[in-house]
Amino acid sequence: MTDPYIVVEDLSFTYPDGTLALEDISLKIYEGDFVAIIGQNGSGKTTLVKHFNGLLKPTKGQVIVDGVDTRKSTVAELARKVGYLFQNPDHQIFSNTIEEEIAFGPRNLGLSEDEIKERVEEALEIFELTKIRKENPIFRSKGEKTRIALASIVAMRPKVLILDEPTTGLDWRQSEKVMQYVKKMHDSGHIIIFITHDMRIVAEYAKRVIVMHRGRILLEGDVRDVFAQPEILKETFLFPPQITQYAHALKQNITDKEIPKSVLTVREMLDVIQKLFAKYNIKG
Amino acid sequence: MPIIEIKNLWFKYRGSPKWTLKNINLDIEEGEFIVIMGPAESGKSTLGLCLNGLIPHSIPGTFKGNVIVDGLNTRTEKVGRLARIVGMVFQDPESQFCMMSVESEVAFGLENLNLPNDEMIERVEWALDVVDMKEYRDKPPHRLSGGQKQRVAIAAALAMKTKVLVLDDPTASLDPIGKYEVFSVVKELREKYSITIILFTQEAEMVAEFADRIVLMNAGEIVRIGTPREIFSDVDFLMKLGVRPPQVTELFHLINKELNCNVEQYPITLDEAVQKTLKLLRRE
Repeated sequence: MTDPYIVVEDLSFTYPDGTLALEDISLKIYEGDFVAIIGQNGSGKTTLVKHFNGLLKPTKGQVIVDGVDTRKSTVAELARKVGYLFQNPDHQIFSNTIEEEIAFGPRNLGLSEDEIKERVEEALEIFELTKIRKENPIFRSKGEKTRIALASIVAMRPKVLILDEPTTGLDWRQSEKVMQYVKKMHDSGHIIIFITHDMRIVAEYAKRVIVMHRGRILLEGDVRDVFAQPEILKETFLFPPQITQYAHALKQNITDKEIPKSVLTVREMLDVIQKLFAKYNIKG
Repeated sequence: MPIIEIKNLWFKYRGSPKWTLKNINLDIEEGEFIVIMGPAESGKSTLGLCLNGLIPHSIPGTFKGNVIVDGLNTRTEKVGRLARIVGMVFQDPESQFCMMSVESEVAFGLENLNLPNDEMIERVEWALDVVDMKEYRDKPPHRLSGGQKQRVAIAAALAMKTKVLVLDDPTASLDPIGKYEVFSVVKELREKYSITIILFTQEAEMVAEFADRIVLMNAGEIVRIGTPREIFSDVDFLMKLGVRPPQVTELFHLINKELNCNVEQYPITLDEAVQKTLKLLRRE
């Protein structure tokens, strides 16, 4: 295995008012990771990811990003490595046109005008915003605003993209579209870390899950392994997607090795059913 | 006589070039549980605002047709009068509070009704009991979790003893426990009280078992009305519209379509789906 890109060691964080928000967190984020962080509000998800780009510094323990201790580097330095998409895209959009919005980050990095232009063109292209580049971002739909905010971050070319509830408030089609872009970013080499309450999106997109509960990591691992433990998830009122629950229930009624320990998508379940039909000799 | 009659309703926001609602016709019977679904910008929230008279009284635009609520025409009735019949709960719980404690928040609307003191106390008690928030009565609303805030908003509407409760995507911004809390309360309202409920939501799996009828909207129009089973069974239509049916319904649709089966009635809940699958496998 390659060296981890982010190493969190015995991290604890206490807010100035004395609230202990994170307690003894240790974890590693690797090249190629696509991680979902789930848990209730107040469980420490956002506090944790804000340590990855230096917005917060540990009270105890340390966070190492690309070999550098976050306490010894500035948010500006870390912004080249870790991009952060806020929960509400309105909080990070402020330019009059979409292309200016995207140029803002690279300009702040002190790049040459040629380089800025190249990056803006590329981001417009990737996120299919070229046609509306001169429009004011404020009047776009929430799905498009999320895309614009994502384009602005990608233009800074950070290794890691952190997305705080990228699909909250979007309808199904808008959510799928945003996640397709996120997947595209993962395929092109970015490490993805996202916070979500939508278990269906976790099942369909993430590879690894971190379950937070009261400032600690309750459970962590491959999506399949985590969703195979509904009893533990229930402790924090999280439920796997309906199709995963269905496969569980089926497995309890018929012990059959064709039913895997966890099924993540409707398509996967269809394959299992097909195998069961073949085995039980059921014809359509 | 229906408790709500919507006849040839058209609405266009001031300054907007297009109609947000186009010829809406819908009758809702007293005690019915109606769920309204549709993709973003289908006109759902606008329709909600027409039910308690905020449209046309407080929101400028062009209004055609009639909305009759409990025999009163919203065109001519005062918003204050309509508020005694139709209670509203919005997506963002923060925006609805103005008082220092949960108890006074629930009592707030009652103060305009000139009720005797005893009755006011009794109603607040009852409403807090229904949503299971009695122990939080002295807490400031802004210190509550998202799910608790929505429960207070529901209690405030219930205390008015309104005949109709409109909930506009009340779980969209909530974490899983908050969603669970709100749906439990809504379920209980359904089971124990004969309040007419109109719920706007994307959560197909949550409403499949307890909605009487589902109204599908798209681009300002009602495109279909039916029982959850009727609506969810037309999976291809829903997918095209951008509304996701319960995952188990989608699965059975694929079983029919791709495994050439002939399941006559698609399941719409988890239990139904498990039972149906076992029957299939045991060839009953």
